[in-house]
Amino acid sequence: MLRFVVRRLLQLIPILLGLSVLLFAWLRALPGGPAQAALGERATPEAIARYNELFGLDQPLFVQYLRFLGRAVQLDFGNSSRTGRPVTEEFLERMPGTIELTLFAMVFAIGVGIPLGYLAARRHGSWLDSASVIGSLLGVAIPVFFLAYLLRLLFAVELGWLPGSGRQEVRIDATRITNFYVLDGLLTREWDAAWDAFTHLVLPGIALGTIPLAIIVRITRASVLDVVNEDYVRTANAKGLATATVRRRHVIRNALLPVATTIGLQTGLLLSGAVLTESVFAFGGVGSAIFDAIFARDFAVLQGFILILAVVYVLVNLLVDISYGLLDPRVRVR
Amino acid sequence: MTAIGDVRRRRIDELAARAGQVPEGEGGVSLTRSAFRRLRRNPVAILGAVIVLVFLVVAAFAPLLAPRDPLAQTLLSEIRPGFIPGATAGFPLGADELGRDLLSRLVVGSRQSLLIGVVSTVLGVVVGMALGVLAGAFGGWVDTVVMRFIDILLSIPSLLMAITISVLLGQNQYALMIAIAVTQVPVFARLLRGSMLAQRGSDYALAAQALGIKRGRIVFGHVLPNSLSPVIVQATLSLATAIIEAAALSFLGLGDPDLARPEWGAMLANAQPFLSVRPELAIYPALCIIVVALGFTLLGESLREALDPKFRR
Repeated sequence: MLRFVVRRLLQLIPILLGLSVLLFAWLRALPGGPAQAALGERATPEAIARYNELFGLDQPLFVQYLRFLGRAVQLDFGNSSRTGRPVTEEFLERMPGTIELTLFAMVFAIGVGIPLGYLAARRHGSWLDSASVIGSLLGVAIPVFFLAYLLRLLFAVELGWLPGSGRQEVRIDATRITNFYVLDGLLTREWDAAWDAFTHLVLPGIALGTIPLAIIVRITRASVLDVVNEDYVRTANAKGLATATVRRRHVIRNALLPVATTIGLQTGLLLSGAVLTESVFAFGGVGSAIFDAIFARDFAVLQGFILILAVVYVLVNLLVDISYGLLDPRVRVR
Repeated sequence: MTAIGDVRRRRIDELAARAGQVPEGEGGVSLTRSAFRRLRRNPVAILGAVIVLVFLVVAAFAPLLAPRDPLAQTLLSEIRPGFIPGATAGFPLGADELGRDLLSRLVVGSRQSLLIGVVSTVLGVVVGMALGVLAGAFGGWVDTVVMRFIDILLSIPSLLMAITISVLLGQNQYALMIAIAVTQVPVFARLLRGSMLAQRGSDYALAAQALGIKRGRIVFGHVLPNSLSPVIVQATLSLATAIIEAAALSFLGLGDPDLARPEWGAMLANAQPFLSVRPELAIYPALCIIVVALGFTLLGESLREALDPKFRR
């Protein structure tokens, strides 16, 4: 097991090297190079030369890349050109928001998706079954930012039921401990702050959870349909086990294996940046930071965030693989 | 090797392995023919095919079908803050935020949207297949090197990858297509490799080898054609993803900046500030994207069922 984990962690190295070359190439691909990008179009040649010297941009490319890499290893991606703050600091401040949002979205997707998929399979061919199939196809076909806008327009702007932007009402002066706003509210017993932060999760969480929901419904349904036809289910029925027992012990337990992996993969995807949804709701997590950075051409933030998120994604996938081995005794690490 | 690899990788491989199986008890009828027969009987497949066909026809004849010039700001004088004219005589869907005929823009926009989808998918398929054939046909260290590269591509979230590529290449329609294609390459490469590996051990491949046929001919004449069905299925499904992803990149300001080419994703993105004034500006292009994506998905899913021997009856 340990060897497996180590080997997988070692695989991170080529991934990060490849990605870092791409991200490094960005600035060099800009017309006029990074100096022009930082100083603006009307910068004098002297200023550009001075800037290049200051940041070592007059060195050979290979040396520049190694320096970039050396700093990246120490999690130093420079300062955001928009806020002037260190990229890593911004990341750590924003990641809790994205984690909170991901948790909400996944709880929503799992809580609705598994029962729905199971019922659809149990009543194979019924209207519920057809509706869930059509719904899960639609859920994947809708551009997620459009869905987010619709939800916001309807429930925040028109009906005013739920907040439509940010993570917390401005007038609430909450104490920050962990930057997980809901958790902070609970820890400090500022109940209204916790509740307010929670209501801010609802709309973006539902928008974000739609795609995982659609996929979970589909996988659960297909998987239950597969399992009911297995020999061991027939055997269990034939030996006279109660239907409820067969369902609980044989059908559900086996059917949920592929669902578990789907859940893991989707969680990784959501964590690695709900760029579209977060930006619609100006949520203030990692995703909306990437969105703002794209428009501001804030390359330090983009480079740093994308590299760290790739690591997060790989690590979550590793956890998924490990847990799969724990869930399914047939798949064991050799 | 590990018994448990990346789950995503395994899923692609399973798909590949299954498509290679030849069903028993169905001698005489070719797989393609029996698949086609089942497709024709499947209402879902027909619905998907009809949707796709309608959009293809619209895109092909867009300049003839569009009632007006999609770029002419005919209704510009009618627009006031907080008001964008709806349907009037000669403008069945009203005007967009710059006073252009919305219907004509949707019709002409189908060209660019479908083009982006098709080109990026074809690019993804071609490059992915080349890599997959390389790995699947040669095996050994070639296989290892190619698959390591593919795994790197697979382990970066696709939207982040697409953002990286399109920032690198700058804003134009080709960058957009390449960015989407790059996210599709690893899927096709892995799929084709897996499916070829499954075929390589088959009886007919061994027979051909025993007859002394050269490796190149076995690969391209026998193994490759028999490994294609999962690729075709995946390509159909990928068309839907590509169109949606193009819309997402447009929304992120990484789309095609050429205003002379209306495109659904850009229309949808540009309509966001006017959503409370006239939501139709976003709803119509979104509907086009959703319907065409559904069409490709329905077609792809029924193709999968038709080509999968598990469903063959």
